[in-house]
Amino acid sequence: MAEPILELRGVNKSFGPVHVLHDVDLHIYPGEVTALVGDNGAGKSTLVKCLAGIYSIDSGEVLFEGKPVHIHGPAEAAALGIEIVYQDLALCDNLDIVQNMFLGRELHSRFGALDEGTMERKARETLASLSVRTVKSVRQLVASLSGGQRQTVAIAKAVLWNSRVVFLDEPTAALGVAQTRQVLDLVRRLADAGLGVGLISHNMNDVMEVSDHVAALYLGRMAAEVPSGQTSVSQVVELITTGRSGDIGLSTAAANASM
Amino acid sequence: MTLADTTPTAAGTAAVEDVPAGRWQRIARIQALQIVLLLAVTVAIFTILRPGTFLTPFNIRGIVQNTSILAVLGVGMTFVIITGGIDLSIGSVLVFSGVVADKVMAAQGGQGWGTVLLGTLVACGCGLGWGLLNGVLVAKANVPPLIVTLGSLSAALGFAQILTKGLDLRDAPQTLVNKVGFGNIVGQVPTLAVVAGVVVLAGIVLLHRTRFGLHTYAIGSNAEAGRRVGLKVDRHLIKVYALAGLLAGFAGILNLGFFQSTTIGGQSNTALNVIAGVAIGGTSLFGGVGSVFGTVIGLFIPIVLQNGFIQINVQPFWQQVVVGAVLVTVVYVDQLRRAAAVGGRKHYRFPFLSHRGRRT
Repeated sequence: MAEPILELRGVNKSFGPVHVLHDVDLHIYPGEVTALVGDNGAGKSTLVKCLAGIYSIDSGEVLFEGKPVHIHGPAEAAALGIEIVYQDLALCDNLDIVQNMFLGRELHSRFGALDEGTMERKARETLASLSVRTVKSVRQLVASLSGGQRQTVAIAKAVLWNSRVVFLDEPTAALGVAQTRQVLDLVRRLADAGLGVGLISHNMNDVMEVSDHVAALYLGRMAAEVPSGQTSVSQVVELITTGRSGDIGLSTAAANASM
Repeated sequence: MTLADTTPTAAGTAAVEDVPAGRWQRIARIQALQIVLLLAVTVAIFTILRPGTFLTPFNIRGIVQNTSILAVLGVGMTFVIITGGIDLSIGSVLVFSGVVADKVMAAQGGQGWGTVLLGTLVACGCGLGWGLLNGVLVAKANVPPLIVTLGSLSAALGFAQILTKGLDLRDAPQTLVNKVGFGNIVGQVPTLAVVAGVVVLAGIVLLHRTRFGLHTYAIGSNAEAGRRVGLKVDRHLIKVYALAGLLAGFAGILNLGFFQSTTIGGQSNTALNVIAGVAIGGTSLFGGVGSVFGTVIGLFIPIVLQNGFIQINVQPFWQQVVVGAVLVTVVYVDQLRRAAAVGGRKHYRFPFLSHRGRRT
């Protein structure tokens, strides 16, 4: 198996007295989709926000391509090539697709003005490379897009920057059947293009369909990281709800300690 | 491009065509076009009713001159309102800056350009100071902008009165009054209008052509999204309020030249008039939408109405009634449009009433 592109070792994170992440290990491999599952409050979103540089970790190591890194802000995460697609998408309704995709990283022409032409072209190329057909114009306001189109723009925004690792926080949560299909295909294509993909989802069908690995968090601890081919929906559900399943998962002591 | 080399799936041949609709859409997005039409109709009506006097160079000069100072204020206010904020303090900051500049110029004693320049720098500095204070309180102390600037509205005027013991100063240098306040740059083109024009042009470029402007829209649209891509939201808000303050200070020196007085009691409605102009010009009080050009048009409407009403012997007080009606109509339409965009949710909270980060 390939080296993980992103690896977490023994990561801890507390908010005041609340210990949200306990010695979490996680491996994200290039060209593979790793599903990050867990019940509400298990720490999935916190984990992703730590990787995004929005929260800093209390202890533990983050390795990017085998080298330890410290991520102190969204810009540093982006510089490494780590991008997050958030659940609420975090797009600006009153800006158009191009402006949203380049927000915070705008291109400039020589005289300091925004280089609209180049940005427009790159946005279009990226959407095209993702085989996105549903967007009419890249100068459409995001407010005028459907849920699936917004998700697409958010994902395109994440891959615009030669990114290496993309985390998607419940990308299909609010979508209809056809749109879910499109987004899952898109997720698969990201991995096929060689990116490391982290997929947070509550939908076990999506998880089993699209992922190569499943990482289950249970009350802030990593219960297990297993290849999707060697597990089943019922086993994953068991890991999510009790932290263990058969001979994999947390020891009884650790599981109880988390309670 | 990471994914450029991947072959699109058979079914998904990419076709993101960029129809010219893109550009048209952007132009249509400037709601100000409807307001330009309203202004044009108003001008046309008065021209027909008073063909000999309304559309004359002399009258146009007066209208433009009366709009100039408001336009300078309007540029800053447009930025503030696009972030979802509001600045009620600009009238008081204008007075305060004018008072301090007048005192400094009087102490310095000259009547020439050197003294005017000194006064301008002092006025801009005072305005910038108040703007920074507003910005820090809004961005860092998380006090709603309405309250912060209501506070500085009161405090800045109070300080101006303390400094003058409540009596207007009328000793502005001759150069300021004759060359800037009443002077023409060439022919019948007033200096004030040219200065305001430069400020407006700079404002348009800053808002629509630079990163600063784009981030202003982004923060007004979704501050959290900005934060997540690494925008320094707090710092940007401080800069925006500082800009509004700076321009209010600059307007202070122009005001001093125009009225030859610090107009302590005369600016209590200035901020509200400017806000009305900004709103009429299509800048949304919900944030995220607006244009400097629209603001200028929105500021012209009340002044054209007042001028025209006087000429056709209608009591000029009707202007206030008409402006009030136009203002409410414009914001009502904006509200409807927004409600439609989010699927019929009708009631919105104005962002400047709540502390930052709360967007409904």
